[in-house]
Amino acid sequence: MGRKLLLDKIKVENIRLYDVYRREGGYRSVERALKTMTPDAVTEEVKKSGLRGRGGAGFPTGMKWGFLAKPAEVPRYLVVNADESEPGTFKDRYLMEFIPHLLIEGMITSSYALGSNRSYIYIRGEYEWIVDILEQAITEAKNNGWLGKNILGTGFDCEIYVHRGAGAYICGEETALLESLEGKRGNPRIKPPFPAVKGLYDCPTVVNNVETIAAVVPIVNDGGTEYAKIGIGKSTGTKLISACGNINKQGVYEIEMNISVEEFIYSDEYCGGIAKGRKLKACIPGGSSVPILPANLLLTTAKGEKRLMTYESLADGGFATGSMMGSGGFIVLDDSQCVVRHTYTLARFYRHESCGQCSPCREGTGWMEKILWNIETGKGKMSDIDLLWDIQRKIEGNTICPLGDAAAWPVAAAIRHFRDEFEWHITNPEDAQRRNFGLAHYADPLKVATPA
Amino acid sequence: MAEEKKLFKVTIDNITIEVEPGTTVLNAARKIGGDVTPPAMCYYSKLQGSGGKCRTCLVEVAAGSAADPRPMPKLVASCRTNVMDGMVVKNITSDKVTDARNGVVEFLLINHPLDCPICDQAGECHLQDLGYEHGKEGTRYEFKRRTFEKEDIGPYIQLHMTRCILCYRCTYVADQLTDKRVHGILDRGDHAEISTYISKAIDNDFSGNMIDVCPVGALTDKTFRFKNRVWFTKPVDAHRNCDKCCGKVTLWQRGDEVLRVTARKDEWGEVQNYDGKPGWICNDCRFHKKKSSDWVIEGLTNINRHSVIGQGKYPGLVIPKETIAEVMHGRDPKLLMDIHDISDVNDPSVDLSLIEGPATSKTFEKNEQ
Repeated sequence: MGRKLLLDKIKVENIRLYDVYRREGGYRSVERALKTMTPDAVTEEVKKSGLRGRGGAGFPTGMKWGFLAKPAEVPRYLVVNADESEPGTFKDRYLMEFIPHLLIEGMITSSYALGSNRSYIYIRGEYEWIVDILEQAITEAKNNGWLGKNILGTGFDCEIYVHRGAGAYICGEETALLESLEGKRGNPRIKPPFPAVKGLYDCPTVVNNVETIAAVVPIVNDGGTEYAKIGIGKSTGTKLISACGNINKQGVYEIEMNISVEEFIYSDEYCGGIAKGRKLKACIPGGSSVPILPANLLLTTAKGEKRLMTYESLADGGFATGSMMGSGGFIVLDDSQCVVRHTYTLARFYRHESCGQCSPCREGTGWMEKILWNIETGKGKMSDIDLLWDIQRKIEGNTICPLGDAAAWPVAAAIRHFRDEFEWHITNPEDAQRRNFGLAHYADPLKVATPA
Repeated sequence: MAEEKKLFKVTIDNITIEVEPGTTVLNAARKIGGDVTPPAMCYYSKLQGSGGKCRTCLVEVAAGSAADPRPMPKLVASCRTNVMDGMVVKNITSDKVTDARNGVVEFLLINHPLDCPICDQAGECHLQDLGYEHGKEGTRYEFKRRTFEKEDIGPYIQLHMTRCILCYRCTYVADQLTDKRVHGILDRGDHAEISTYISKAIDNDFSGNMIDVCPVGALTDKTFRFKNRVWFTKPVDAHRNCDKCCGKVTLWQRGDEVLRVTARKDEWGEVQNYDGKPGWICNDCRFHKKKSSDWVIEGLTNINRHSVIGQGKYPGLVIPKETIAEVMHGRDPKLLMDIHDISDVNDPSVDLSLIEGPATSKTFEKNEQ
């Protein structure tokens, strides 16, 4: 049984309420940080912990905080990105819905470290009931003196505001989020300047994921070194994984980053194996935008090692044979699933969510969707596969924000690993309407590539 | 003592130039000029915040700066990337750039209606130029092109949303030139469109400048609609005293009739500067002064040789300097084969219309004997 740092109290009844949360040891980190530590010392603890951004990119949080410009007389902002819109990812929802005070506590501590007197939670519009939960938590915290002016008599002021988005995936991109928060159209900004220098209202801003901010609480409570002991290598601490798809137990799991993918899927503690006794065909380990992997590459890396649930191990082999940790949206596909249909669904999502600012993403995502629909409905041509490959290649890396990449990677990976299935769809259009390609050879053990 | 300004050295396609700090790569390339300059569909130097969207101006940065000579991992939009001292940029010398630009042109064209034969912008359209220079001859797109519901945006400006490439220039014009913006981008992704949210006429005095900044035929002049093709018209520079704008314009005439009035444009297709300020013109000058007597005519507008307007034997063409003599230090280029006396067709002194028939293989046999 792995250690739980974020979700250990989640089963306590009424942990959502302040009194219960406080009784269970809540808000200790605020006391500790504000009374015994300087803001820089808190940042130093986060650096020591090796905490990496939980939103998807995995950038070291301490380093990000260190980049924050600190000009005099200019306010600084902390913005929490709760615009969790990635298909397959629902970990922040779980956290905010059941233990909202953990986020508020983490925000107060982080605001103190960053010197932010006004912090924002940008939450996706679809989570409207969570807004009420958060606002209630904020009011409770304020009534008990954890927010407002002169917190704990230390002279530190902090207010937290919840801002609702209007339901756009693109507003989860940090600069688009800031634009939207300012009341403008949610178009990503062109970087540089980065938000750490010119962010919200042109002031230095740190944008962090909900889980990242929540993880600051155990780091301050137990110390960064203690936190860094959990996990392997540069993947320190625990990670929330939202598992879904054809598994027996879907849900949000907190894992120590040292277990293997195989254990995560098959052990009863986590996913509990593939549903209905079927076979594992493929998996997207980190939310819809990271490359899909066939079963054989998912469980073992190209080097023949067991693949672990860590940032490094999941990315082992680059995009040729690896994937990414992403935001932890673990989507499992069994042998009854069709990869072409699945890829089409993702392409449709990205076409719908592209902001339309830069041409490759605006036009390319729609084009890919149409071609995939043709292949899926039996109207595809063999040349369409190469065309798809060429389109995704011309989108990737040529856009303002990573949405272009996120739209291109799933298509690229599907063609890279499941080309047979695409070809089968084209050569057997009628068959493809009636049945699926099945497991094929995607779970066959791979020949281990021997290094030269 | 005046402090000497430090200039940044930047190398673009092996040509080194010194520019002031804060210059963008695109503007540095424009100083060099010629083929080195990346095309720009959305960037407009007179509009703040424009650029970065169309991705046609992507360049490869082979070395970030003298202090940090690492290359940039991705292609960057040259219109929004500032030069650093010692930066090395590759534009037409980079295969990656050429490839990406071909891709962008293809993306821009897949949903463009290609209705150039009935488009008023044809002949001065930046997308035509771009397609000509960087596009492929055929399309790989086999689907229905995107269409929109028609929107009336007032008596002077015609909106053709199907032709729009979403460069956002017109929204910047409305933001920065007029006191109230009533139009913008609605919706997102490939169904985004330029529109006024509550069907409303755009009636600001400077709204006509949207037509000038539009790189394609999405916003055209209703008073010029279907009147003529630009290459049949004669552009002349003219001015009048206007209390609202600079009054310096180009009249597009046929005979003495003024068909259209636009602001004067520079070689990049942007409005020219006067006294350091962009020469935007007001709607009064643009739409209501359509008589030659309203204007003081200064003379023919200079038009670049590659423009299609040159097809109409237009006398105001800017013909580039012939540099071969300079390069050869006054010597004549050595001809590998003098083809002039082999066939009449190749003889510059023979009027082609007088030759009886085209040259055939027999023509050459006869000459060899």
